[in-house]
Amino acid sequence: MKYILMMNGTKAHFSEYAKWPKKDMEANVAFMRAFSKQLKDEGVYVATEGLGWPDQAKLVRAGKDGTPMTDGVFPESKEFLAGYWIVDVESPEQAYKIAARASAAPGLDGVLCNMPIEVRQVLGSHSDLGL
Amino acid sequence: MTRQLSDPPIEPLLRDLTPQVLGIVVRRFRDFAAAEDAVQEASLAAATQWPRDGLPQNPRAWLTQVAFRRMTDHIRSESARRHRESEAALEMDQLAPPVDATGESDHDDTLILLFMCCHPALTLASAIALTLRAVGGLTTAEIAHAFLVPETTMAQRISRAKQNITDSGIPFQLPTTEERAQRLRAVLHVLYLIFNEGYTSSAGPDLRRADLSHEAMRLTRIVRQLQPDDTEVAGLLALMLLTDARRQARTTAEGELIPLSQQDRSLWDHQQIAEGVAVLTATLPRGAIGPYQLQAAIAAIHDEAARVEDTDWPQILALYDLLKRMSDNPMVALNRAIAVAMVHGPRKALELLDALKMDARLADHHRLEAVRGHLLELAGDHRRAVWHYRAAAGKTGSLPERNYLLAQAARLSSKLPLTNEQE
Repeated sequence: MKYILMMNGTKAHFSEYAKWPKKDMEANVAFMRAFSKQLKDEGVYVATEGLGWPDQAKLVRAGKDGTPMTDGVFPESKEFLAGYWIVDVESPEQAYKIAARASAAPGLDGVLCNMPIEVRQVLGSHSDLGL
Repeated sequence: MTRQLSDPPIEPLLRDLTPQVLGIVVRRFRDFAAAEDAVQEASLAAATQWPRDGLPQNPRAWLTQVAFRRMTDHIRSESARRHRESEAALEMDQLAPPVDATGESDHDDTLILLFMCCHPALTLASAIALTLRAVGGLTTAEIAHAFLVPETTMAQRISRAKQNITDSGIPFQLPTTEERAQRLRAVLHVLYLIFNEGYTSSAGPDLRRADLSHEAMRLTRIVRQLQPDDTEVAGLLALMLLTDARRQARTTAEGELIPLSQQDRSLWDHQQIAEGVAVLTATLPRGAIGPYQLQAAIAAIHDEAARVEDTDWPQILALYDLLKRMSDNPMVALNRAIAVAMVHGPRKALELLDALKMDARLADHHRLEAVRGHLLELAGDHRRAVWHYRAAAGKTGSLPERNYLLAQAARLSSKLPLTNEQE
């Protein structure tokens, strides 16, 4: 079964991250790189992507004639997707363990980020026996 | 030399030869992990060269030669790495490839390989991948495609599984007589999971995944040839044949699910049903009755009913009673409840479900909610049926199944008075 592990943050979180000192930033980037490699080595990796930052985000709706109507004004409290991993595992518990590892990425001054990781199942086209 | 029309198709031939050649290479070099890589490389080479140059006189000897060469290359580079060239050179002399390897132990080899690949020390995902590659002769790319993961991920999974086998020191030999029955159950379970993965996939863009069912059936046929006296092997083959026979009828062209009761039975593969029934009939009187034979017998009763209302539910219930005595699997109890509903009415079955909810393995499972929805619908309690269909939709990991369950809920709720629906 596949799960998506999502890192979310508010605009404020993103701006704080942008101000991290070089040392902390490098440690975080190195962690993320190593983490993806570990997932590959463990044979659970399906995909990972990082997303552009919220100040580039637009909400798009279809206008009357189908033309895109964009809106980029968001409340400060809105959570944005920063990036995600998709893993193929044998149980939800295994996905939670991987998410906990991502949550333990190093943060400012080397303190653990402990960021919340949202874990959701990716629906497949077939029915797992489940038991 | 070019390919002749009379030549057998290459892919099936390669897949038949894979476990035979692997057995020979493992016996010679005693390194399962490296041998498995070497045979895969030999197979890939054959898939390129044979269509171009024609089939070699002795395809198995050809594959064995190439795999032996890969192995000696591997050992050479390994020993270079260890700075032990002189000793290795000595070793190399003893490893001259044979002109042809006799096939005396082919059958045992295939069986030993199956036991290895389905060893309980491996996770099920690894066992499935390794079985498909080492015994089924599929390429890593094909397996990755079937399971919708990147090829590198599948390669890593296979290589970790082999590492696991190496670390556990599992010998390349048949398990002891005491172990054998239990280990065979593990092999059958892996084959059953491969079958299910293919069978329960929707058609359409996932047609490649349906091949997994055919591969599972092919491997089960091989096991049956190797273990003709095991009644459960025959039971599993019959179960696969009788289930797969309904494939064309179980989804629409768009991949939407159609329940058994609404399937167009003229689309069922009646030849395959006949074969499944024949396998089962030949097996049942012969020995110990096991869970696969019972499930096959249940599938046969469904398959033999010309119309859904002709289904012999009392007999299905009797078989589920037997099955429940044999298996602690709560899914069996859940399926039995449906048979109880058909024989004794939905109220009786709903009482059984209340007890099943206590089972932690089932409590949060979508199937429990889906069956409850179905039983409530049969009982005429449409309002609660809608609620449970929707609860099941929220819990399933399958998109076609979620669409199906939501459609059930929508169909019922459109008939409900609005006030009730809003609850």
